[in-house]
Amino acid sequence: MPDTVLTGIGVCPGVVAGPLLRIAAAPALPAPTTVTDVVAEAARAAAALAEVVAELERRADRAGDDTVAEVLRAEALMAGDEELRDGVRELIEAGHDAPHAIDGAFATFREAFEAAGGYLAERAADLDDLRDRAVAVLLGRPMPGVPSPGHRYVLAARDLAPADTADLDPNQVIALVTETGGPTSHTAILARALGLPAVVACPGVLAVPDGTTVLVDGATGRVATGVGDAEAEAAIEASARLTAAASALTGPGRTSDGYAVKLLANVGSAKDVAAADEAHAEGIGLFRTELLFLDRAREPGHGEQVAAYRDVFRAMAGRRVVIRTLDAGADKPLPFLNQEGEPNPALGVRGLRVARQRPEVLTTQLAAIAEARAETGADVWVMAPMVSTVAEASAFVAAAREAGLPRAGVMIEVPAAALRAADLLRVVDFLSIGTNDLSQYTFAADRMCGALADLLDPWQPALLQLVGLCGEAGRAAGKPVGVCGEAAADPRLAPVLAGLGVTSLSMSPRALPAVRAALSSRTAEDCRRLAALAVAAAGPAEARGSAG
Amino acid sequence: MPTRTVTVGSASGLHARPAKIFVEAAAKAPVKVTIRSGDRRPVPARSMLSVLALGAKQGTEVILEAEGDGADETLDSLAALLAKDLDADHA
Repeated sequence: MPDTVLTGIGVCPGVVAGPLLRIAAAPALPAPTTVTDVVAEAARAAAALAEVVAELERRADRAGDDTVAEVLRAEALMAGDEELRDGVRELIEAGHDAPHAIDGAFATFREAFEAAGGYLAERAADLDDLRDRAVAVLLGRPMPGVPSPGHRYVLAARDLAPADTADLDPNQVIALVTETGGPTSHTAILARALGLPAVVACPGVLAVPDGTTVLVDGATGRVATGVGDAEAEAAIEASARLTAAASALTGPGRTSDGYAVKLLANVGSAKDVAAADEAHAEGIGLFRTELLFLDRAREPGHGEQVAAYRDVFRAMAGRRVVIRTLDAGADKPLPFLNQEGEPNPALGVRGLRVARQRPEVLTTQLAAIAEARAETGADVWVMAPMVSTVAEASAFVAAAREAGLPRAGVMIEVPAAALRAADLLRVVDFLSIGTNDLSQYTFAADRMCGALADLLDPWQPALLQLVGLCGEAGRAAGKPVGVCGEAAADPRLAPVLAGLGVTSLSMSPRALPAVRAALSSRTAEDCRRLAALAVAAAGPAEARGSAG
Repeated sequence: MPTRTVTVGSASGLHARPAKIFVEAAAKAPVKVTIRSGDRRPVPARSMLSVLALGAKQGTEVILEAEGDGADETLDSLAALLAKDLDADHA
């Protein structure tokens, strides 16, 4: 595999390097074979089951949590069951090979579990897991689940569920990288709890072969392969220096010569505000309101919405809070909107487009935001996601004014909107660039498509050029232009964005100190020079190189 | 053959933790013990999977059987274990 740089969302800062190992998938049953030596085949099956028991007991011994240990020991009892062993032997004597005999013996109990229903039926999955483990041993493959190789490694997975990580050994796992998931996923929560550098939503990570040394940057979300020892060491040291320097810096974001770039935090609810405060955020640059709507059969009512918004506004009294109206659709379908069946959801009725069919969802939300604002002292700015035209922006601004909200803006996620930034700024009060979606739509590359991860690199000059168009329009109009995508969390990119005319950067609170430090090390003139070089670069690697 | 009929006392029934405790106790016993519910085939009490597959809930009546030296004592102690609420024990 050639050297690649994958980009995801950094959810827990820190830089480490180590071999990447993925959570092994369950093995498929091999094609049946003819058994010539029944005794040897039975011994092979018994040994595989014994290895499963031994492994479960090792994990139980290591588990820090009593409940987890108990569950693992109960599973060991199942794998070591004498009736199961007898069943396997009988099937082998009847002519089956070891993997199929194990599968068949577990299937008998599986049927009984399912027939019993209720709690027991839910445990049928445990039997499948035990079977998969035994079959993996027979095939000489790693057992499914979190590896325990006995050395330090970077754990890669599609996503991590609590069951996967219950007994994860922090002495072996030095970082987490998942292909899906988000800043609020279990992976992110676990990483913060264990203090492990972590990157989520990192397309392409599962294509990296097991054992490849990777350099993981949990602040910027970069995962690089083909990194030499010296380079890895330098990156780890630089990160440690940056952390030390950054924690010493507080106060508003500014370049070394005093050019202000507001440093704001992305939050999903009032729970995240403490982290924003710890990082000395100057306000909230993106308050996502989807959390309130997820998994709901019906839209949350006016009162419930007011309460949720008020909690965040109150915690931020006197400071700026940019709240985004519901960003539903595509990767975030909501049951009450009945969005099933769109042939191409990313290009379908999502974000502000929902208001075309269900205008009352938007007006209810704007009214709730206005009421929560009136009750608190926060400087509330409201913005709409997924805007493409001036007409859409005008309609949104009118609806916001109608609700009594003085500051209304739109997100720039669609190239059409970026190209018409100057026209948009005639009707809106501010722009906020969502670089993740702007990349997806500019490069026609699905955010979840691992094979296209290089196109979604925030250092792509075409993306930076569109950011520059917005920045220039903002300067001309004297109106703020922010970036609230993950690009804002990359300390090396921050001076470039500032040089492109971006007036605020909003990111996950943990990324904030490093970005503050990066900005403070450059003059405004430096930033403009770096921005010009990055936009003029031939590709993302050259753009990075020019930013030195 | 020595037999005990006992009602499962654990709140969650005879699975998860209660099943584990019962199976481990049966495995340590000096005699082979079987367990059955209703008119189904008796299964070894030391088989975790078989005991779970009974699907016995709190209040289900189960029958323990054993033969040989110490059968009565073994059945008494296992029956007492089954009658207790082993979930409550935990808390």
